[in-house]
Amino acid sequence: MRMQVLAAMLAGVLCIAAAADPADRLADPAQEARARALFADVRCLVCQNESIDDSEAELAGDLRRVVREQVKAGRSDAEIKRFLTDRYGEFVLMTPAFSWINLALWGGPFLVVVLGAGLLATRLRSGDGEVELSQEEAERVRRLSESDPA
Amino acid sequence: MIAEIGSFALVLGLAFAIAQVVLSVSARLRRSVVLAAAGEGAALASFAGVAIAFACLIHAFVTSDFSVANVAANSHTEKPMLYKVAGAWGSHEGSILLWCFILTGYGAAAATLGRGLPRGLKALMVSVQGALGSVFLAYTVFASNPLLRIAAPPVEGRSLNPLLQDPALAIHPPFLYSGYVGMSVVFSLAVAALIEGRVDAAWARWVRPWALAAWSFLTVGITLGAFWAYYELGWGGWWFWDPVENASFMPWLMATALLHSAIVTEKRGALSAWSLFLAIGAFTFSMLGAFLVRSGVLTSVHAFAVDPKRGVLLLMILGITAGSAFALFAWRAPKLSPGGVFAPVSRESALVLNNILLAAATATVMLGTLFPLIREALTGEAISVGPPYFNLTFAPLMAALAILLPAGPLLAWKRGDVRGVGQRLWVAALAALACGLLTLALVNPMKALGALGVTIGAWLVMGAGVELIERTRALRAPVAESLRRLTGLPRGAWGMTLAHLGLGVFVLGACVELGWKGEAAEALPLGGSLDVAGYHLVLETVGPREGPNFEAERASIRVSKDGKPVCVAEPDRRFYPTGGQTISGISLCYRGASHLYVVLGERRKAANGAPVWLIRAYWNPFASLIFIGPVIMALGGLTSLSDRRMRLGVARRRKEQPA
Repeated sequence: MRMQVLAAMLAGVLCIAAAADPADRLADPAQEARARALFADVRCLVCQNESIDDSEAELAGDLRRVVREQVKAGRSDAEIKRFLTDRYGEFVLMTPAFSWINLALWGGPFLVVVLGAGLLATRLRSGDGEVELSQEEAERVRRLSESDPA
Repeated sequence: MIAEIGSFALVLGLAFAIAQVVLSVSARLRRSVVLAAAGEGAALASFAGVAIAFACLIHAFVTSDFSVANVAANSHTEKPMLYKVAGAWGSHEGSILLWCFILTGYGAAAATLGRGLPRGLKALMVSVQGALGSVFLAYTVFASNPLLRIAAPPVEGRSLNPLLQDPALAIHPPFLYSGYVGMSVVFSLAVAALIEGRVDAAWARWVRPWALAAWSFLTVGITLGAFWAYYELGWGGWWFWDPVENASFMPWLMATALLHSAIVTEKRGALSAWSLFLAIGAFTFSMLGAFLVRSGVLTSVHAFAVDPKRGVLLLMILGITAGSAFALFAWRAPKLSPGGVFAPVSRESALVLNNILLAAATATVMLGTLFPLIREALTGEAISVGPPYFNLTFAPLMAALAILLPAGPLLAWKRGDVRGVGQRLWVAALAALACGLLTLALVNPMKALGALGVTIGAWLVMGAGVELIERTRALRAPVAESLRRLTGLPRGAWGMTLAHLGLGVFVLGACVELGWKGEAAEALPLGGSLDVAGYHLVLETVGPREGPNFEAERASIRVSKDGKPVCVAEPDRRFYPTGGQTISGISLCYRGASHLYVVLGERRKAANGAPVWLIRAYWNPFASLIFIGPVIMALGGLTSLSDRRMRLGVARRRKEQPA
């Protein structure tokens, strides 16, 4: 079942995650931390589903170099991300953009919550006035909760 | 010869599955007990046929019969026995046969165990199960038979990907599939109930054990996969929001929602349509997962041999089975009785909220998995939906669910008492908050989100404790009385408490691990050292190691803390000559629930020409809890399953014929 992805992940394992490779690290720890945070949001374009922080593919190494150089040159996170999307499209960022075209993606879960809450509210309103247990129901609930209070 | 017997048995299994449908449907139409029994017999025979075929495939793998194409492609004579056997389900064809084996197995179990069911409902359930068996077996026989021979057998096989040669992963597919396919019984029961037009408390009660069993298996299966990823992939990640992981997570979320909604249907006769919807949805997501992973739509950038023809066939199976079930649902469900009414604050409302949040969480995972495909198909632009999306959508939904959870079991049916629940929970709430604040104040570095996670995890664990205290009247009644109540608690109640406790344990582990993970990497010469989270690691020796089917370089790294020796980590780096792959064998040093995770990387040359090794070390605090939590949850499921009430028809039979 997972085989294809597993095989795809293999690329990342051949040489263990080199994002932390001491040979490439920036001298300034604060800058290095910023670069690492950015890596997690940049996709290794030729990999299955990995960020360049995890991937050992050659392209991931190139992208890491680009990002580190730009961090070192003092460019902001937004500038670096814009630079990457201008080159590689939205695909390169792991976080999808908050745009109209992605409305269904970002709004979908919210819509389910609203719809569900609406349905619950109508259900509750339609049942107004008879929320007291009838004697027979009370007896049934008592019986059931004795046999299993789950 | 054995492979041919297997193929023959497989076709026989298909024939019996078709007979199962025909016999059971006519049994329902003619209300015939004899035909119903014949249908059940066919279900057993179908299982027997597939079991023989599966045994033949395993035999071919064990004996390294490379004249069978599937064995030649996925096995090797030098592979350890466990992985030879596991190779039987390591490929597309083999895993589909495993799927059929489990599917017909569940069919046979449902036919044998479901004695308490009304005859009509049972005959329909057996026939729907037979129909599912027929389509998947037909697919296996005609499009994906793993027992086919090749004309020119190779001398040696191509072996299984070494990453998959791991005990956790060897048993991962059987557990996962037992979960996926277990939902088929739930699906069949739902379709049968829709045809009969009657869904009541009894139906919910019959669905529950199957849903519980499947859910428990799926929980273990997913956890095994996560644990495998954790220690095999070499960077300590355990969940990547990868489409394939998501494919297994969606049925789990649906099944979790079903387990809760079925309680309302059983106890109060309400939400029956919704429970049916979830029952159909859970298996639909299982099939969607099977399709997504095998069709190539998710892995299109990769050159893995995925036959698009098979993808289309699987999509057709998914469309026909799920499509007809949902069409039936749309037709029959509106006629179902809405069931009992309840107040805004009640156990019912709490369970509905649980379902709304779980449904939204499922929608999140589904959108995150499928939206990129849809958008690419519509606009031609590709986008990525990675972990940041799920952190922003899934995590808040789950946090809301976790915050509400401890109140649910304390609420009364129909009309709950907010003040009463508050009185029981305020101590736990304060204690959880104190845990969070202490974490914020004492743990260095300070992490607000991590502390929030600790608060929620502690809240869940203590909520489970309060639940137990309430049930046993501990602290209020005399000790003897509480003990009597404790031993008298039904297993179903223990199961729920355990499952909720397990969730809390998992949340604690996941949040602490994500919040305070430490990492260090250095290229070390012999005698060199690096530090991570207060631990001092010294590379002492690097030497060769012989494995059964690999050659390895093994490092010996002495770990100490504050000058006191802690452990010796021995990570290795394995080379598998058959496939030419290199894999890191990590070393875990257990420190309570936390792990020191050490990886040996490539050998390099330092500036002075001496060899250096890239060593990476991670400090993964509370990482054990991430895997122990779900195991507690699955144990909760099994405990609940062992409740007397769950034994389908068994209790009734005992009464009828006392031994």
